[in-house]
Amino acid sequence: MLGAETVELTSGWFLENAWLVGLIPVIAFAIIIAFGKKLPMKGAEVGLASMAATLVIAVGGAIQWIQRTDAADGAGKEAGGLLQAFGRVLPQATEGEAKPFIDPVVTTWVWWQNSGLEFGIGSSIDGLSILLIALVAFISLLVQVFSVDYVRGDRRYTHFFAAITLFSGGMLIMLMAENMVQLILGWEIMGLCSFMLIGHWWEEDANSRAALKAFFTVRVGDVGLLVGTAIIFFGANQWAVDNLDSNGFNIAAIQAWALSGEANTQFLLWGAVALFIACIGKSGQFPLHTWLPDAMAGPTPVSSLLHSSTMVVAGVFLVAQIYPVFWEGFNIGTGGLSFIAIIGAITIVIAALLAFVQDDIKKVLAYSTVSQLGYMMLGLGTGAWLPAVFHIFTHAFFKCALFLCAGSVSHSGSHHSFDMKKDMGGLRKKMPITFAAWIVSTLALTGVFPFAEFWSKDEIIDNVGANSYTFLMWVGLGGAVLTAMYMTRATYLTFFGEPRGAAAGHGHDDAHAEEHEMEHISVGAPEPRSLGAAANAHADDHGDDHGDDHAGPHESGPLILVPIVILAFFAVFAGFANPTPLASRFGEGVELMKTYVEPRATPVVTEEFLASGGPGESASLVEYAVVPSAEEGEEGAKKSGCGFDAPEAGTVCFFPAVSHAEPKFSKILLSLGVVAVGYAVAIAFCVAFYGRRDKRLVGLTERHKVLRGGFLFLKNKYYLDALYENVIVRAVAHPIAKMAYWVNQNVLDATVNGVGVGTRKTGEWVYDNIDQKIVDGAVNGSGWAASEAGHAMQPTQSGKIGQYGALLFGAATVGAIVLVLVNVS
Amino acid sequence: MLAVNFLLLAAALFAIGVYGVIARRNAVMVLMSIELILNAVSLNLVAFSLMTGAIDGQVFALYVIAIAAAEVGVGLAMVLMIYRNRKTIALDELSEMKG
Amino acid sequence: MSAVILAADSVNVAQNVAFGIIAAIMIFAALNVVTTKNVVHAALWLVVVLSGIAAQYILAAAEFVAISQVLVYIGAVMVLFLFGIMLTRAQIGKESDLNNKGWALGIPVGVVLFALLAWVILDAFGEDTLPDRGPAPTVALSDQFLSIYLVPFLAISFVLLAAAIGAIVLARKD
Repeated sequence: MLGAETVELTSGWFLENAWLVGLIPVIAFAIIIAFGKKLPMKGAEVGLASMAATLVIAVGGAIQWIQRTDAADGAGKEAGGLLQAFGRVLPQATEGEAKPFIDPVVTTWVWWQNSGLEFGIGSSIDGLSILLIALVAFISLLVQVFSVDYVRGDRRYTHFFAAITLFSGGMLIMLMAENMVQLILGWEIMGLCSFMLIGHWWEEDANSRAALKAFFTVRVGDVGLLVGTAIIFFGANQWAVDNLDSNGFNIAAIQAWALSGEANTQFLLWGAVALFIACIGKSGQFPLHTWLPDAMAGPTPVSSLLHSSTMVVAGVFLVAQIYPVFWEGFNIGTGGLSFIAIIGAITIVIAALLAFVQDDIKKVLAYSTVSQLGYMMLGLGTGAWLPAVFHIFTHAFFKCALFLCAGSVSHSGSHHSFDMKKDMGGLRKKMPITFAAWIVSTLALTGVFPFAEFWSKDEIIDNVGANSYTFLMWVGLGGAVLTAMYMTRATYLTFFGEPRGAAAGHGHDDAHAEEHEMEHISVGAPEPRSLGAAANAHADDHGDDHGDDHAGPHESGPLILVPIVILAFFAVFAGFANPTPLASRFGEGVELMKTYVEPRATPVVTEEFLASGGPGESASLVEYAVVPSAEEGEEGAKKSGCGFDAPEAGTVCFFPAVSHAEPKFSKILLSLGVVAVGYAVAIAFCVAFYGRRDKRLVGLTERHKVLRGGFLFLKNKYYLDALYENVIVRAVAHPIAKMAYWVNQNVLDATVNGVGVGTRKTGEWVYDNIDQKIVDGAVNGSGWAASEAGHAMQPTQSGKIGQYGALLFGAATVGAIVLVLVNVS
Repeated sequence: MLAVNFLLLAAALFAIGVYGVIARRNAVMVLMSIELILNAVSLNLVAFSLMTGAIDGQVFALYVIAIAAAEVGVGLAMVLMIYRNRKTIALDELSEMKG
Repeated sequence: MSAVILAADSVNVAQNVAFGIIAAIMIFAALNVVTTKNVVHAALWLVVVLSGIAAQYILAAAEFVAISQVLVYIGAVMVLFLFGIMLTRAQIGKESDLNNKGWALGIPVGVVLFALLAWVILDAFGEDTLPDRGPAPTVALSDQFLSIYLVPFLAISFVLLAAAIGAIVLARKD
């Protein structure tokens, strides 16, 4: 060991009580279920309050985590622009160049013990968790505010809020998990709430089928989660017990085990594969992405919260949190093509292609989400940990904003329809704020400087290229082009061009009948407006805010717009949380994410770690090994340290030394350039095709067989759904169902019937033989014996005295003989 | 004189008395046989008294005589009553049982 | 039997002879009691037996008992028997069927009983000789009666009283 430094780690009330973020939403859920219908806002106020409380705790925890990191770093050295701007007074800088490993703040209680294995529940807060906790709390709060107005009048308003609160609770439980068991708990709660929310209007068959499809597809992945946890447990448990006084479920122990160099590579590989399958299911990667677009059958707040910003990133979080397992299992550090990267790359492309042929605006956004998740997986699979996590952060804002804009458009613009071709168009004039937010978010999504995703997606692409995955880098760039193009198409169809259908105020009467039954219960008084005969005819039987719709498309109410605006604001500025290209100018301090979120790849001295609590408690001290700064290879790739070499004896590593690419101006120009090209082509095409109906382009796919084939292939989603449902499910489920039925009829029923028949026959036999013959025989026989004995004794009672006398003396004689014989012999 | 003389004599009288009880039909005859038995027993007692020198045997013999007298009195009274009622004292005719 | 014959050689030949004669008479008389066909003759033969018993008592040095026997048994009990016979209209003269139907059963019973008793007696007392005592003093008897056996003495008086009253009650005409 070259040398070891000890630093003290501060803690704080929010960090230590961060488990409240998991508890508060669950309690709120119970309250809403029990009392929601009686409350004035029908339960929404409880949900909002719980989300606000969790946000407060999360922000407090984040601030305290920043303090903890700062105090440990002793950032008296280059504090960087942002930190100095806060005017913090920081203690002296520590010696050495390695940064100390900041232990997570752990608060757990043991809820079950079994043969030396302790299962804890509670919170383990490190940079990644507190970032995502704050993100989830913030987005949940905004979405709930949005929902107050959007879902008003729904038949199950209260249950909606209950489910969405419970979902937030589940996700928070998962995020703060200290061991795999709690993580799985949160994971499953999210799956359950997702099912409940997608199928919110389950009266329509399509919605309930979509909910089932989502649940089962994710379930297929969850098999991987359980198998992976088991494999990791069996691999890590012995090591964890020996070295860290912990068990194979503890996440910190798993991280240390993976990087210890003593881990069995087979366990690591298959554990990583199994866990990644779970991520494929939950995060909608190819080939289990088919459920995500169908999940758009749920209400828009559900899509914006679950299926764009929070639930689907659970898989990414899993990979990021247990990154050492994947790092070692797939040999990410050594530049080989890893499973994760391949799946991510495939997903980016196929999802982007599918977004081109969608008519439903939410489905476009859904495929966009799938594609962006592919980016995150690509980043994680190639060692770009920080950019991928940063991408989670930025993507949440603008994707949520886009979904909420779509909701706003449908709520007030296209009369609850999401079909872009039929009911939208030219809405930019009628809904200016929504339009502005949409444009900002689209620019952010496509990675235009200086909006959010520019900083994150381009970082991913940069790092991918820097780690010598050149082919994947081009795939990422291609994806960026496609992103720009399909978003342009969606923007044009929705906000530009001539208003169609509902956006023009037409189709009012036809669309009404079905949609009213679906979505609204009449409450409140109608607001009649004199605007056209068709409008007035419906004035009496409408409730809620239908009166406004009679005026045609208009801007939405404040409860809908305020969250959108807030999110758009963040979409613009969130990127500055980690503006790596600016670091060379303003110092490393501007890279907030890198400082506070990314775990340090510094070996920790085990003894001190265990002495101050170990993985089960928050360490108040950490002793870390000072290692010389790593050899910087080409393009900033580190090749030694944690993740590459086994840590020295007596130390454990918790995070591999991932490399960070040096941002180069040439690369920035390249990515901006391809995006600009994509925009140009798309705008030209849209104006030509949708606007002017250029004769060369219209009907192109009908005339060319190849193009038509490609179009149909995309339209049918690569026939994957047909494969899954008709081929796989039918081949597996039907025989199983038939066999189960056969077992039921012939084995179970036969057993029961057999038992019944057997019992009856036994009863009959017993009756015939035992009851009639033996028991009755015994009873009758005893009576007969008594009677015969009596008859036999009868002669002695003759009444003749002479006989009595004879008997008397005869018996006396016999008795005397016996007496004599007995006494003499 | 041997002790067995008296005892054998008493035994013989006893046996004859037993035969009389079994064989006789007349109630009075039976009572007489019982007297024989009682006297045999008394003789036995006196013989033992002579053998052991204790006077208790004679005392008991006197008791037996007294009891025998009482018993005969009562017994004959009963026989008289039966005779008055049934006009016969043949024992086998006195049974009313059907069995 | 040999013991009896032997006994003939010992002292008191007269006692033995007397005993033997009286015993023979008694046995004969007893057999007649139980086999005669005349009821009155049976009673008279019983008197003979009782007298013989009294004589044996004297031979056994129990004079008081002998006198009591004569007074009570022969004087009172037999008279009572004769009264009973008369009052129950016993036929004067021979009477047929004085025996039970099952009288033959009595023979083996009697014989077995006698054999048993004889065997037991001979086995137990075969060699004993009777001591030669003088007459038992009546004073000794009365001492016993009035000290140790006082309670039975008084009880006997009650018994006799009860018997007398009972007999009177039973034999009343009404």
